[in-house]
Amino acid sequence: MSTTTIAPATSPGGMDLTGQKLSLTTLAAIGAGAVVATVLLYVVAPIDSKIQFVLIAGALYLIGQSVASGMVEGARKAVDRFVTTLVYLAFLLALIPLVAVLASVIAKGAQRVSYDFLTTSMRNIGARDAGGGIYHALVGTLEQIALASLFAVPFSMLVAIYLVEYGRGRISRTISFFVDVLTGLPSVIAGLFILSFYLLALNQNPSGFAGALALTILMIPIVVRSTEEMLKLVPNELREASYALGVARWRTILKIVVPTALPGIVTGVMLAVARVAGETAPLLLTIFGNDAINFNPFSGPQSALPLYIYSQAGAPQQVAVDRAWAAALTLIVLVMLLSAIARVAARFARVR
Amino acid sequence: MATRIDVSGLTAYYGNFKAVANVQFSIEPKNVTAFIGPSGCGKSTVLRTLNRMHEVLPGARVEGQVRMDGQDLYGAGVDPVNVRRNVGMVFQRPNPFPTMSIYENVIAGLKLNGTRKKALLDERVEQSLRGANLWEEVKDRLGRPGSGLSGGQQQRLCIARAIAVEPQVLLMDEPCSALDPISTLAIEDLIAQLKASYTIVIVTHNMQQASRVSDTTAFFTLDKTGDPGRLVEMDRTEKIFSNPTQKRTEDYITGRFG
Repeated sequence: MSTTTIAPATSPGGMDLTGQKLSLTTLAAIGAGAVVATVLLYVVAPIDSKIQFVLIAGALYLIGQSVASGMVEGARKAVDRFVTTLVYLAFLLALIPLVAVLASVIAKGAQRVSYDFLTTSMRNIGARDAGGGIYHALVGTLEQIALASLFAVPFSMLVAIYLVEYGRGRISRTISFFVDVLTGLPSVIAGLFILSFYLLALNQNPSGFAGALALTILMIPIVVRSTEEMLKLVPNELREASYALGVARWRTILKIVVPTALPGIVTGVMLAVARVAGETAPLLLTIFGNDAINFNPFSGPQSALPLYIYSQAGAPQQVAVDRAWAAALTLIVLVMLLSAIARVAARFARVR
Repeated sequence: MATRIDVSGLTAYYGNFKAVANVQFSIEPKNVTAFIGPSGCGKSTVLRTLNRMHEVLPGARVEGQVRMDGQDLYGAGVDPVNVRRNVGMVFQRPNPFPTMSIYENVIAGLKLNGTRKKALLDERVEQSLRGANLWEEVKDRLGRPGSGLSGGQQQRLCIARAIAVEPQVLLMDEPCSALDPISTLAIEDLIAQLKASYTIVIVTHNMQQASRVSDTTAFFTLDKTGDPGRLVEMDRTEKIFSNPTQKRTEDYITGRFG
């Protein structure tokens, strides 16, 4: 390994402020060495995973670079380089599943998505028929998410405002505890609760509304937690400035505290929406599924995108599996679109 | 419309901790009063009792009386929100509302209390910004965010915001401690002008500033950490800085203590 070093310049005062530094060429050489070593390893012992190749090469580079740095630059820089590289490698590793999922969904779903696919339902489409679409599921999902947000967001914001602005002592700690418990609630339990309580005990029929209730239960803890964190970030000085102007507390919260925290709150709400938009289990128990278009979420069974994906992906025909992939792509794009719209809206609410 | 303030037997607590004990003084209308003293002596606490901001902190409470033109702020049935409408406050760090424009910041107090008339608001914005010596600098960009101004401009914006609700008294808690000397000078000039219409109380760590801007100076101190702060002496500013009655005041202003 060739190491290029810079000779330390001695300053007039006698203080040595310069240090040895690994050059870019050296680092590139170590990287190339790591790749070559991995290729050799693959020749000697054939492994056919590409991800493992990246991992092994990354680990070799990490070791080689740290050793070289330790010899040339000293222990402090070596540790610095080790940790920095580790962080980048961990980031790349975390990116792999994300990119892989997106790539496969796009690859397998893109060709099936069409205007026709988005605007037709599965009514009178037989198991082997290639046609059909997701319009009924798209309508269902949008209505269920809208209803769930309508119930969950105002309620959760009120809870968060109580916890941050008013809550003291035992009641607030108890609420906080139960919100934490709710965060860990498996989604199928939320569906079972609505099934047993709303559908069976209150003797109602499956509907989009029942699904929205189950999704509400899942959204509440997420929105409460994120809103709470955002409200806590609002500096106390702003509250005091408002009080000092003779503004009442509730008005201060409504006009100063919440608007200041709004972009963060919107992000939290969108995370919650994204989470529940993909929930399958609670919907399976509450909306029942439907091949036809049902615009009314309050009566009759509805469909939803996750449920549609679940039923299509489980079918033996390739045409059904293709529909599932296309629906999955649509769902991802839908959630991304909703997030983008919400962010733009939140940005427009601020002064520039 | 300026107000006389009489404080008697004032003791302020943070939970179980007694921050200041048995403070007694009077402030004349249209007068600038400076509170000086070492850190932790309770001068900011006393200032915050004058508009009932002290009790905003959890566990904080006040005993004693604060009379403004004879009316006790801590009397039965007094609404702290109404007190604060009449006693404005400027804080140590400039704190314009980040979601609001300059215009909206100035009229925040009015608008949040229900004033809707556009003509009145426009007039009050100009009047308050002129009053805070900021009008010429910002009149072309009233729609821009208040947080885009420099620190000194932000602090003058906060003063404009405070005087826009036309208070009787203006409290300032170290208003220049986060500012450079030029901005400080601008604020001090402003205090001299505002004195014509308001009773002003200012907390400062800067003794030159106290001697420059105030008519009356009150010196607070504490015996040791953990003890409550006390008012040692209050007199005309010239007298406090040239010939104080108490030895402790003299030690402090000559720099032998604190």
